[in-house]
Amino acid sequence: MASNKLRNNLRDPAPVRWGLRIVTIGYVFLLVAWPTALVFKHAFGNGIGAFFKALQQSDVPHALQLTATITIISVLINLVFGVIISILLVRFEFPGKRVLSALIDVPLSVSPVVVGLALVLVYNSRDGWFGPTLDQHGIQVIFATPGMVMATVFVALPLVIRELVPVLQEIGDDQEQAARSLGANALQVFRRVTLPGIKWALVYGVVLSLARSLGEFGAVKIVSGNITGQTQTATLAVEQTYQNFEQNTSYAVAALLALSAMVCLVIVAILRPKESE
Amino acid sequence: MTQTSVVGPPSAPVETQDPGTPRKRRARAPGRLGAGSTLGLGVTMIWFSLLVLIPLTAVLASAVSGGWSGFWDVLTNPQTASAIRLTVFEAMGVTVVNVFMGTALAWMLVRDRFFGKRVLDIVIDVPFALPTIVAGLVLLALYGQQSPLGINVANTRYAVFLALAFVTLPFVVRTVQPVLESLERDTEEAAASLGASRLATFRRVVLPSLVPAIAAGAALSFARAISEYCSLVLLYGNLPNRNEVASVRVLTYIENGDKAAAAAVASILLVVALVVIVLLDVIQRRLARRG
Repeated sequence: MASNKLRNNLRDPAPVRWGLRIVTIGYVFLLVAWPTALVFKHAFGNGIGAFFKALQQSDVPHALQLTATITIISVLINLVFGVIISILLVRFEFPGKRVLSALIDVPLSVSPVVVGLALVLVYNSRDGWFGPTLDQHGIQVIFATPGMVMATVFVALPLVIRELVPVLQEIGDDQEQAARSLGANALQVFRRVTLPGIKWALVYGVVLSLARSLGEFGAVKIVSGNITGQTQTATLAVEQTYQNFEQNTSYAVAALLALSAMVCLVIVAILRPKESE
Repeated sequence: MTQTSVVGPPSAPVETQDPGTPRKRRARAPGRLGAGSTLGLGVTMIWFSLLVLIPLTAVLASAVSGGWSGFWDVLTNPQTASAIRLTVFEAMGVTVVNVFMGTALAWMLVRDRFFGKRVLDIVIDVPFALPTIVAGLVLLALYGQQSPLGINVANTRYAVFLALAFVTLPFVVRTVQPVLESLERDTEEAAASLGASRLATFRRVVLPSLVPAIAAGAALSFARAISEYCSLVLLYGNLPNRNEVASVRVLTYIENGDKAAAAAVASILLVVALVVIVLLDVIQRRLARRG
């Protein structure tokens, strides 16, 4: 058919196609694929036993545990506030809404180092704005778990909201109105009507913020003080073990973190089509 | 990931199912706050202020705490100035590379068919998913001292460039790809049937619709590149004046206990981030208006 012929004409000519393929695939291969594969080779090269042995080194178990704790707490906080903020932004009208929705994007483009500094300036117990008062009541934020959780929550803040807002806008609030007119209270409306609609977006947002929280480094480094065995997270352990020339440990922890992140990625890839059905 | 605007236009008119009724039903306007939601808003705002607003204000306040001259002194300090220059320079270079490579990658992923396309699609997301400290280690494995290629760029400016290119790779691809997918082929076919060459078709027909997406991707990758820190930590040895970037400069000031100076450099990064957010918002609004 004529249109088919046209369509074929629209396909790039072979030299262009192959040129594009070679350049771009070569670029991605050299920049991402090969280096990533090498890390796994270093980590698992001496067998799976050596990998687990490397994970038992010095303070690594504690660091992994701390990362797990901080990640779980931060994801929960972001989940709760993410849902509340998204519903407020989509369903309600209030002064300062546009500013709020713009500010929510800040953590995505601001440097983690700036985030760390900002938290230190306000919450350090010596000359921070709130730090000394909190310290008098026995709450230490900086150089302790609360500060690290705050830093992690900060950097992963927009991820849940960015997933929820478009979905909430798309599903509209007709069903919610109907439920309300039939006498459902706010909690029932949320649980029976809103939640089923945003379920997959919510899961997707949580998985993304899980991956982000696991890998946070810069902000946590500044607020934690990186005290080995106390406030050292897994990412900080990667840095320290590498600089101490314990490269096997470093590669093992890195591979474990990379694997966890990639599992998140695969879960997202599996969830995506379901969401669009 | 970032192409959807959080604000979005306040719901477009919805067509009624029945074409007989002339009245168009508009999606209900956002509701007023009730008692419960006011409480929710209050709690959220307190939480948001404590976590984001007050700390970021503290950075700006602390930056000018020594007066404008103090602020200016920090920024004109030769070492800091060279760090900022290097950061901006490298970020711009990486953004240019991303504009070309990202558009080419998106083009291939949408228009080309070849074996392993799905794998390529997943590999592009790796820099998003990988913890950034691992990204540094990853690059060091291929381009460090034990490089199987015999290329050792550790502790040089090229290492900074590599790391930035790695972490910003997905931005342009992922903003351009959906636009390219939604593009109708009709206009291209029309242009081709009217005798336009492939290059002319691309330049006159395809490119104009891609420009906003490319700009958005470029803005995102510039913002990311300028604020990058984690992936650089392992890759280089912080040689002052040679390959120190702005984020590292902030950290050095913090470690030396000079919080005002750290805040001065940090405020520059913060302002760049805010400018990029506003820019993206403007681009998205323009896109939304165009439909």
